Amino acid sequence: MTVPTSPLSTANATIGYGRVAVSEGLTVDIPEGEFTVIIGPNACGKSTLLKALARTLRPSAGRVLLDGRDIHAQSTRSVAKRLGLLPQGPTAPDGITVADLVARGRYPHQGLLRQWSAEDEAVVAEAMEATAVTDLAARGVDELSGGQRQRVWIAMALAQQTPLLLLDEPTTYLDITHQIEVLDLCAELHRKGRTLVAVLHDLNQAARYATHLIAMRDGAVVAEGPPADIVTADIVDEVFDLPCVIIDDPETATPLVIPRSVRPAPVAAV
Amino acid sequence: MTATATGAPPTSRRVQGLLALAGALAVLAVLSVAVGSRAMNLPEVWSGLTDTASDAYPVVTQMRLPRTALGLTAGAALGLAGALMQAMTRNPLADPGLLGVNTGAAAAVVTAVHFIGLTTFTGTLLVAFAGAAIASVACYLIAGAAGATPARLALAGAAVTAAGYAYVSAVQLLDTATLEQMRFWSVGSLVTAHTVPLPMVIGPVLAAGAAGVLLARPLNALALGDATATGLGVDPRVLRVAGIAAITVLAGTATAACGPIVFVGLVVPHVVRAYTGPDQNWVLPYSMLTGAVFLLAADVLGRVLARPSELQVGIVCAVVGGPFFLYLVSRRKVARL
Repeated sequence: MTVPTSPLSTANATIGYGRVAVSEGLTVDIPEGEFTVIIGPNACGKSTLLKALARTLRPSAGRVLLDGRDIHAQSTRSVAKRLGLLPQGPTAPDGITVADLVARGRYPHQGLLRQWSAEDEAVVAEAMEATAVTDLAARGVDELSGGQRQRVWIAMALAQQTPLLLLDEPTTYLDITHQIEVLDLCAELHRKGRTLVAVLHDLNQAARYATHLIAMRDGAVVAEGPPADIVTADIVDEVFDLPCVIIDDPETATPLVIPRSVRPAPVAAV
Repeated sequence: MTATATGAPPTSRRVQGLLALAGALAVLAVLSVAVGSRAMNLPEVWSGLTDTASDAYPVVTQMRLPRTALGLTAGAALGLAGALMQAMTRNPLADPGLLGVNTGAAAAVVTAVHFIGLTTFTGTLLVAFAGAAIASVACYLIAGAAGATPARLALAGAAVTAAGYAYVSAVQLLDTATLEQMRFWSVGSLVTAHTVPLPMVIGPVLAAGAAGVLLARPLNALALGDATATGLGVDPRVLRVAGIAAITVLAGTATAACGPIVFVGLVVPHVVRAYTGPDQNWVLPYSMLTGAVFLLAADVLGRVLARPSELQVGIVCAVVGGPFFLYLVSRRKVARL
């Protein structure tokens, strides 16, 4: 009954902070080769799930499996060669340059006796190329705009060369142009063969970019599948308590959520 | 090519900086042997080193050389301990002096001297390690453990330091014998260097120093935040335990030998990072050398300023470091590392 093509999954996992469980008995499979987006209202447990998948949060019961084996039973360095992570609001030390930050993505591939190599150099150059930050290489990260900075962080995660990449709200705090830019970049990475998992707030962006959606509420998965099956008026209302109509996105033909107007109809003056 | 690919400043400049520091250290070492209540010129220093019959010989070999060696070792230990602590906590105000580690070691030593009559250096060293470890853990817990912000950590450190310092003073006031024995030591001093078995200082500092420098690469990952570091394959808890162990040995040894010296560990990494940038592969070795330069310079200065008597090195460090600390606190961007 297990899905053989899931490189990353939770099995009956209870996840939370301290003694407060956000999710109990959660079983989720991340399908291989898909761009999975986790959606749901605030505090539904979507970021918590991502943290558990990324092993920054250890489940108090149940397991998280990477390639079928408990992720916490594997050496963190070998996991880091399979699974990259871009957390929410990462911090860069003062004065670090773009090239130096991207180079830090090579950490799991280096060792005491295996120092910086020509291969590392080539991978870093390729990662900067893919995210269009090559021209910024010598700039300080703190001088960049929010959108540029996010591309640099994605480049760092790419330099890690992992087939799986997890992104926790990669578009938060970006203006609409940079949100689209980052999502286009994610779609491109997915097209080139990476398995992506992202937490997104914007339902319409999720419907447009994801190939697999996981909708959560109150710590549980309500529905999952391709966006066309998940983004329906019934499910959106069930997950978000939002009455809406769904139309086709005129650009991509993906589902587009139009919230119903809740203003009362104009009342005739007495 | 290297310059553009790995960012400024170029490696060659950072190597030159290391060489310049080594040169400064050599000059200061000579000065440290020459300067004192009995000043010597270079020929006198030379005969003091080589001619067993010269009257400079006992002063140089029994007093000035051990003092210089101790200053160098303790300075390197404190500089590296400060750099490790700032990297580990991502807190630019972290310093083993300010976060209670040195005072904790001092309080433990004073307790052992007063209540148990401790006299051996080995005992002092072990007690200092214990005190340093207890104080650093206490500080971390008071500040809120994993939720410790730079400000909370600095406040907790100030509290632990104040309490420890009051305790050290109280014991010394109650017990004049302890006071006499530790009068200079308790403000941070190299005066008693000739009574300290140097191998027992240099050994632990070398071992912990080597271990500390090996942490450079994981600390570079930790600089990107705990979550990113985990993603890159670093376990932040394991790294912090290793770092605290290295800091305890470094700061504990320095304190056992010279008393609690503050501000070296705070000032040195800031000066270093301004030159090297944030790469710990450079920050850590630079901090060792710069710490040695700073402490030797402060000790020589203390001997020059108050001749024929002298100012204790801990006091000179505080006079120089205090204003620098205020400057850091008043800077707007201080919380980002």
